[in-house]
Amino acid sequence: MSAADVASSTGRVQAPGTGGSRASSSLPTNPVARFAHDTWAVAWRELRLTLRDPFSQVFALGQPIVFLVLFAPLLSGLVGGAMAGPGADAAGQSTIQWFLPGLLVMIALFGTGMTGSNLLFEMQMGSYERILASPLSRASIIVGRALKEFVPLVLQAFVLTVAAVPFGFTIHPLGVLLGLVMLGLFGIGLGSLSYALGLASKNREWLFWTVQQSVTFPLLLLAGMMLPLESGPGWMQVASRFNPITYLVNGERALFSGQLTIDVLWGFLAAAGTLAVGLAVGVSAIRRATR
Amino acid sequence: MITTTGLTRTFTKKASVVEAVRGIDLSVADGELVAILGPNGAGKSTTLKMLTGLLAPTFGSATVAGHDVVAHPDRVRQAIGYIGQGNSAGHYFRVADELASQAQFYGVPAAEGRRRASDLLAALDLVGLEKRTVNTLSGGQRRRLDVAMGLLNRPPLLFLDEPSTGMDPASRANLWEHVQRMRHEFGMTLVLTTHYLEEADRMAERVVVIDQGSIIADDTPAALRHTHASDVVTLTWASDDEADRARDLLRRDSRFDGHLVAAGEGRDSGLRLELDDGPAVLPALLHALEGAALRPATASIAEATLDDVFLNLTGRSLREESESGDDAAAVAAMAAAAGGPGGGTGGAA
Repeated sequence: MSAADVASSTGRVQAPGTGGSRASSSLPTNPVARFAHDTWAVAWRELRLTLRDPFSQVFALGQPIVFLVLFAPLLSGLVGGAMAGPGADAAGQSTIQWFLPGLLVMIALFGTGMTGSNLLFEMQMGSYERILASPLSRASIIVGRALKEFVPLVLQAFVLTVAAVPFGFTIHPLGVLLGLVMLGLFGIGLGSLSYALGLASKNREWLFWTVQQSVTFPLLLLAGMMLPLESGPGWMQVASRFNPITYLVNGERALFSGQLTIDVLWGFLAAAGTLAVGLAVGVSAIRRATR
Repeated sequence: MITTTGLTRTFTKKASVVEAVRGIDLSVADGELVAILGPNGAGKSTTLKMLTGLLAPTFGSATVAGHDVVAHPDRVRQAIGYIGQGNSAGHYFRVADELASQAQFYGVPAAEGRRRASDLLAALDLVGLEKRTVNTLSGGQRRRLDVAMGLLNRPPLLFLDEPSTGMDPASRANLWEHVQRMRHEFGMTLVLTTHYLEEADRMAERVVVIDQGSIIADDTPAALRHTHASDVVTLTWASDDEADRARDLLRRDSRFDGHLVAAGEGRDSGLRLELDDGPAVLPALLHALEGAALRPATASIAEATLDDVFLNLTGRSLREESESGDDAAAVAAMAAAAGGPGGGTGGAA
């Protein structure tokens, strides 16, 4: 809204005498349209950062590629036996077919899960305060950032999937497509949770990392992401049933094997649940932080 | 443009309540340039945050640019510009991208936003930096970019929180030159906080002195000096005898009699006078002395500063507090890092 609009809408503010055209504000008045506008504006600001430098997203894949090259082969004996469990129908497929979906969820946990630290940095440097001082709806400031997480995550997952082909990965196009969507939805929820943690940590960076690390690793190991849980003790298998990421990983494994089983449904439910809870927590966190 | 009534903000920290701002009544008219002056922790920034919708008041009310900050903080935000203590533009972003985002946030159409951005970059000496990443700019360039970001929505009212802290004197003067020009071009009302005395004295048309969360003085810099401080004229002679005769002479002159104060430390052959308008009185003073063949060996004048005003109002020197202010700021930052405001005397700065 320009100064002239303020003047005309309130009748109390003097219009500053200045040259130049005074284009009117294009902010929608309908609250839903306004929220959509604001959310897109926030997401687009973040996306520009990704699009300006897409290769840094690819370079960030160094660690997962090491896992792909140096860790996945170690599983060859293990997974074959483990696959007699829930994923038995995947038996006969290469280890990489089993390992890659877990690896993709791992880059979500480590990459998207850390995204709150970017917000912490902006909180320290001042640009977050400028965004708070703008007329953006409070919820859109978090929702927009979280929605953007879909893009770098899916981009990275796609690159890793293609990179896995020379190692024996077979692409089932529909499965990969649905798998990437499932992963991206999960990433939005996880990103929102990470931003909420960033807001709650405020200037205490140590708190952010302590909580982030101590949540991520147990979730990772209890989802059978790196190693099959079937070979673990019973209590771990029970615990994994309460870990939403287990269902996500199983869903991804089914999809990347080209199978539309009930695991896919559970996977989407886990992703959608994370999305809903994540956004709710994120929005409530920013409302609390700006009170 | 701004009216507040009993504006108060308290912070609760570990069962103790800190009153950062205690019942501020402030009124700012259209087109004014107001400096809020006070030591670190006086409540300047907290006041600014309440006026910009960044922080809700605990008690009291404020109307800013025609909108109530409690009922419609979103409308207030839309009608104002705010330049905080940090950098408005994200450090990993490109200059042009952040300006484009800022336009989008305020609903300025993209083409118009680009036009305004290029005008502002030209006016603020930032041409050619559009594609640079913000963290590659110098401190002065980043601060001018903050000004560009704050002006992109053409606000009738601009808030600046400690705009020149940490800048070298040349960059500070340069920044002010730009801000003043923008102000005249856009006819803006400007409210800024500062703990630099000279800055408040030279730039502001009105100075609001805040200490421990309350307004303790509010006037033009000249009137504040006139009311709360004096210019000091110090005269010395070669001999005590001359000084004594000069004292007797001045005591008999109604223009000077009430202004004589105890002589300077260790200088018994000198006289000191406290005057409201030293430069105007000094010629008459010297003329009177010369007429009695008591021409002083030296004559010096120390004009009243806002620091003298602050000293007379609070018994403390703002200058000393500002100089030790870096320590106070560090303490406050540590307190904030440990969870919320609470450092310093008056809570959050």
